Amino acid sequence: MEWLNVLIQGSLLGGLYALFAIGLSLSFGIMRLVNIAHGDLIVLCAYVALIVVQGTGLDPVSSLIIVLPVMFVAGYLLQRGLLNFTLEGGLLPPLLVTFGISVIIQNALLLGFGAYTHRLQQGAIETQSLVLPGDIAIGVYPVIIFAVAVLSIAGLQLLFFKTKIGRAFRAASDDADTAELMGINKRHLFALAMAIAMIFTALAAVLFAIRTNFDPASGPTRLILAFEAVIIGGLGSMWGTLIGGMILGIAQAVGAALSPTWQILAGHLAFLVILIILPSGLFPRTRD
Amino acid sequence: MDSKAKGRTTPRGIGRRKFLKYSAGTAAAGAIAATLPAPAVFAARPIKIGMVSPETGPIAAFGEADRFVLEGINKALKGGIKIGSQTHPVEIIYKDSQSNPNRASEVAAQLINNDRVDLMVASSTSDTCNPVSDQCELNGVPCITSDDPWQAWFFGRRGNPAEGFEYTYHFFWGFDQVATTFADMWKTMPTNNIVCTMFTNDPDGIAANGDHGMPPLFRSKGFDVRQLGLYPPLSDDFSAQIRELKKNDADIACGIFNPPQFATFWTQCAQQGYQPKIMTPPKAILFPTAVEALGPRGEGTSTEVWWSHHHPFQSGLTGETAQEFCDAYTAATGKQWTQPIGFKHANIEVAVDVLKRSASLKPEDIVEAIADTDYKSLVGPVTWKGGGPKNPIKNVCTTPLVGGQWKKGEKFPFDLHIVYNGSAPEIPLDSAFEPIKYS
Repeated sequence: MEWLNVLIQGSLLGGLYALFAIGLSLSFGIMRLVNIAHGDLIVLCAYVALIVVQGTGLDPVSSLIIVLPVMFVAGYLLQRGLLNFTLEGGLLPPLLVTFGISVIIQNALLLGFGAYTHRLQQGAIETQSLVLPGDIAIGVYPVIIFAVAVLSIAGLQLLFFKTKIGRAFRAASDDADTAELMGINKRHLFALAMAIAMIFTALAAVLFAIRTNFDPASGPTRLILAFEAVIIGGLGSMWGTLIGGMILGIAQAVGAALSPTWQILAGHLAFLVILIILPSGLFPRTRD
Repeated sequence: MDSKAKGRTTPRGIGRRKFLKYSAGTAAAGAIAATLPAPAVFAARPIKIGMVSPETGPIAAFGEADRFVLEGINKALKGGIKIGSQTHPVEIIYKDSQSNPNRASEVAAQLINNDRVDLMVASSTSDTCNPVSDQCELNGVPCITSDDPWQAWFFGRRGNPAEGFEYTYHFFWGFDQVATTFADMWKTMPTNNIVCTMFTNDPDGIAANGDHGMPPLFRSKGFDVRQLGLYPPLSDDFSAQIRELKKNDADIACGIFNPPQFATFWTQCAQQGYQPKIMTPPKAILFPTAVEALGPRGEGTSTEVWWSHHHPFQSGLTGETAQEFCDAYTAATGKQWTQPIGFKHANIEVAVDVLKRSASLKPEDIVEAIADTDYKSLVGPVTWKGGGPKNPIKNVCTTPLVGGQWKKGEKFPFDLHIVYNGSAPEIPLDSAFEPIKYS
């Protein structure tokens, strides 16, 4: 029974990791953009939500009505105005530029908000739980996070495989130059992809900021988990990203159940083992 | 075309001869000025105090008040400091450590080699105090540090208690005081005596969890201690620990957490139905904003208190009481007082007091003045000459420590009440220590 509990708590944690990873998975999968600033963008979105919550008195979840469009536009401009120019010269320029963005975001937030920690408060739902037989308590909020992750990925899957723009995304992902010959405006398409990625980043940010504290320096630690989830799942596969997040979460939960010291290590080990056995992840969709 | 050519010739216009002529003129003027009776207030060279503090980076919250503190101190030092027969102006050169020990060491070296500071101050965690102290010890520059448990400062630098250090001095409380304060504070409330401890797997947590750390001290005070071990500093999930807490039915939970991990832990405790009477997570709830971030569940958590607005001390430099200083801080910044701000102020105050008593600006004289300190600061008396529990090591001065609990606030969402003062009865109690209320 105890191990069932470990499995459940680990899977729920995995939902959070998958949610972190969606934005990264998109920019990685479509543009081959290694976005080092992804963690800091999550934190930036959390601060945008904080401003909206404090300015309008909305609760954090409702603040998404404003935060999502704002970040959609910000994502479009970021890609169109800056990141597109880095994609031509190989792998290194986007790495360096996004690393720079990461430093800029951290310091700008520190300047604007100070170093203190903040959290968004959603009220009673944060601590409500369902008690299952066998004294297994499941937090309602973690279940919500997990459900949002699953629905987000299902939604993206529909977008990719059932819509015209989705076909364009897939085409650009497979071969951007040929796609351009077929009349696809690559610059616009990539900017749209980043805009969509930012929507899911913002969604993850608000749910994360209700779950725990954030401060200007808390971005980079989010990045590595997101990366691992993407790599485990396989490049370009959205469902793979969800499974990747869950594998990370369960590995951590099992590690912690054995000894708390092993928690994070167990996640990284699971990542390494999968990388050794299946170098391109569980469900790779894209070919390089 | 014409103007371009002109523009280019101008810098060349000052040739070698002209330059020599001009510079000779200025040198002559300087010589004359020196022989005239000094028209300026300060004839003597400025005293330079170097200050290293984390203004940016992960522990920047400790440096939030630096600008405010320096403004007040600079005002109080407008008249300069008199050493011997000369009055020296004072210049405090501030450097940001960026929360990084390597950077702290680097800026300390800059202050020593380029700015040639006479005295160094540094504060906020081992990441700042230790590298700066090491640089000063190496270069023979007197240094006073604070806001870092003294064992971490002294043994973290491989100090030998028999010898001590020559140039570097420190004032703050120690780990033993924290553990004693917690245990004695818990004893004021009826519980089942079961304490579960958990610590981050970082230098602070390892020291606290070790054989000379907190659990043995709690045991010696009669508590039944169950150690849940170390957990990784970046953990996102505490369900494993909470299962153990529930299994052990611990009335008291104590652990060193970083604020985000504690927020996660405390929320999960509520989800999983673990409701201890006492939750003591020092470090995680040091800053009022971290408690606010917990929402209503922040109420009732308990911690150690190094300094508060109700501490009955006043600055020997500005004459301000703790309350007046905190009020001025809130008026200037709109922020609630925090514990480190008093120590930031005291750190510089003590340095100024030392300089006032120093026979000259020679490092040996300044060090002698430090060792001879007996000063009443904003955070209480500071001395390095008494011995006994106040000075466990010749370079260390301990400051009083009491127990506190976050309760509903008046002006701000939460106020830190002093609820236990057994170890320092001169610090008044604000209210009684109460079990955490669950609705």
